[in-house]
Amino acid sequence: MQLYLPIAEVSVSLFLLLGLGVMVGILSGMFGVGGGFLITPLLFFLGIPPAVAVATGANQIVASSVSAVLAHLRRKTVDLKMGTVLLVGGLGGSGVGVWLFNYLKEAGQVDLLVRLCYVVFLGIIGGLMLIESLRALLNAQKGKRGKRKSHGWVHGLPFTMRFRASGLYISAIPPLLVGAAVGVLAAIMGVGGGFIMVPAMIYLLGMPTKVVVGTSLFQIIFVTAFTTIMHAVTTQTVDIFLALALICGGVVGAQIGTALGSRLKAEQLRILLALLVCAVCVKLGLDLVIEPTELYVISQEGAPE
Amino acid sequence: MTPLRRLLAAAALWSAAALPAAAQETGEGAGAESVVLGLSQDSVSISTDFDGSEILVYGAVKREVPIPADPPLEVVVTVSGPFVPITVYRKERRFGIWVNTDAVEIDLAPSFYAVATSGPFDSVLSNVEDLRHSVSVPRAIRSVGARVENAQAFTEAAIRIRDEAGLYQLLEGAVHVREETLFSTRIRLPANLTEGNYATRIFLTRGGRVIGDTSSMIDVRKVGLERWLYNLSRDLPLVYGLLSLTLAIVAGWGASTAFRYMRN
Repeated sequence: MQLYLPIAEVSVSLFLLLGLGVMVGILSGMFGVGGGFLITPLLFFLGIPPAVAVATGANQIVASSVSAVLAHLRRKTVDLKMGTVLLVGGLGGSGVGVWLFNYLKEAGQVDLLVRLCYVVFLGIIGGLMLIESLRALLNAQKGKRGKRKSHGWVHGLPFTMRFRASGLYISAIPPLLVGAAVGVLAAIMGVGGGFIMVPAMIYLLGMPTKVVVGTSLFQIIFVTAFTTIMHAVTTQTVDIFLALALICGGVVGAQIGTALGSRLKAEQLRILLALLVCAVCVKLGLDLVIEPTELYVISQEGAPE
Repeated sequence: MTPLRRLLAAAALWSAAALPAAAQETGEGAGAESVVLGLSQDSVSISTDFDGSEILVYGAVKREVPIPADPPLEVVVTVSGPFVPITVYRKERRFGIWVNTDAVEIDLAPSFYAVATSGPFDSVLSNVEDLRHSVSVPRAIRSVGARVENAQAFTEAAIRIRDEAGLYQLLEGAVHVREETLFSTRIRLPANLTEGNYATRIFLTRGGRVIGDTSSMIDVRKVGLERWLYNLSRDLPLVYGLLSLTLAIVAGWGASTAFRYMRN
């Protein structure tokens, strides 16, 4: 069954969109990533104009994140205080990010920079996570326990706050900075930023993996909601039909994902996420390096593919 | 006998009078044969389940003289979507990665273009006539002031890309001509259609020369919910954004609640 999308002005199979939604929803619930880094390239592949894909992806992430956060809230695996601090930084960061995005757009080559951002960040994060989680898994098998928390420079900063749900007593500055940095990247890359946020919370802030997913999703809701409204007003590329089809699949997937995630061990979860991040990175990296079959691209109304 | 003779006489008189003026427009012999055009539909409604549309273009040749023996009558039908400017980028390898380097702006390129002919394009329409009436795809695309070397390659690439996407079609032999009088063809409009006025043009040719032409418009419009949402997103973008957001939050909350009840 075909669905004509009023804003994207293309006709796509409804079942394809639902399936895509379910798949991304599962990932969202399992790992606390919004799935934007997967859904946006996949929508390009379906022939959806890039601007529409980015804006609508953000709207879809709102829905799947709400669904998953509610599940996490019932399980008490959301650190609301930490989430709020991250969010304050995040909104500031995404404001800067939007400005930067428009600046780069004026200069041209924004498409390339977005891709490079993806490759670099996914590569670094995926690689580090993979090494770390493999090491943790090996240690666990030998019966040793890894260091639970590292006490470093992070703990010597002022404005200390108590984050009870995370069992942390640290300065508010690192979470604010993490939130801001993720906000900038999220706005440039057109994603919620969960795949950067989750590892940053685990490795930089030392938060327990259990609360990381819920807390990340909590702040993703607000960042993506902000992005959706901004796109609707400025670029007018949010496609409500496309979003609804993805959402219908996504909310179901998010519930499945949350249930799956609670059955897996934290180390296994991390390895899976690391592998996923690496796979997307390799794919995007190869696209940049391998000679494309079509050397020319058409761009209409200033939106380069 | 008498009516026919009167008709022929009138036609001869009329064509003799009309010839000098008409010759400037469409070449000699113009006016002797003209087109009566019909379309299976003069509007296309894009609704939610829109999956492309097929337009039947048919017509007849009206003539006041006997059918000329030679060369045979040929028909060319074109359907073109709205013309919009596009930019074509070329990728080049820089520091190991493929980067968009040169760009050529094409001032006007149709979002959709189909040419159907009753025979091989080159024999149906001469180069001169193609140039004059902008019939074939390369002629229909207008690119002026390109400052990049070898701009032709960019235009060709644009045509190739849209050709592969089914947006540009050359349908040789797709027009059926019967008894040199009736003609018909079917043109498939793809699902990813943009809104606007789609111009339909018909050319009658003999020996590669255009001897008559006519045109008509097909109105392609979104209807119903599609129309309403599209207008809302353009007129009240903030409301549209909040609506999208509300739907997303409600859907997320609804699914979460539904799953909780299912589990209990």
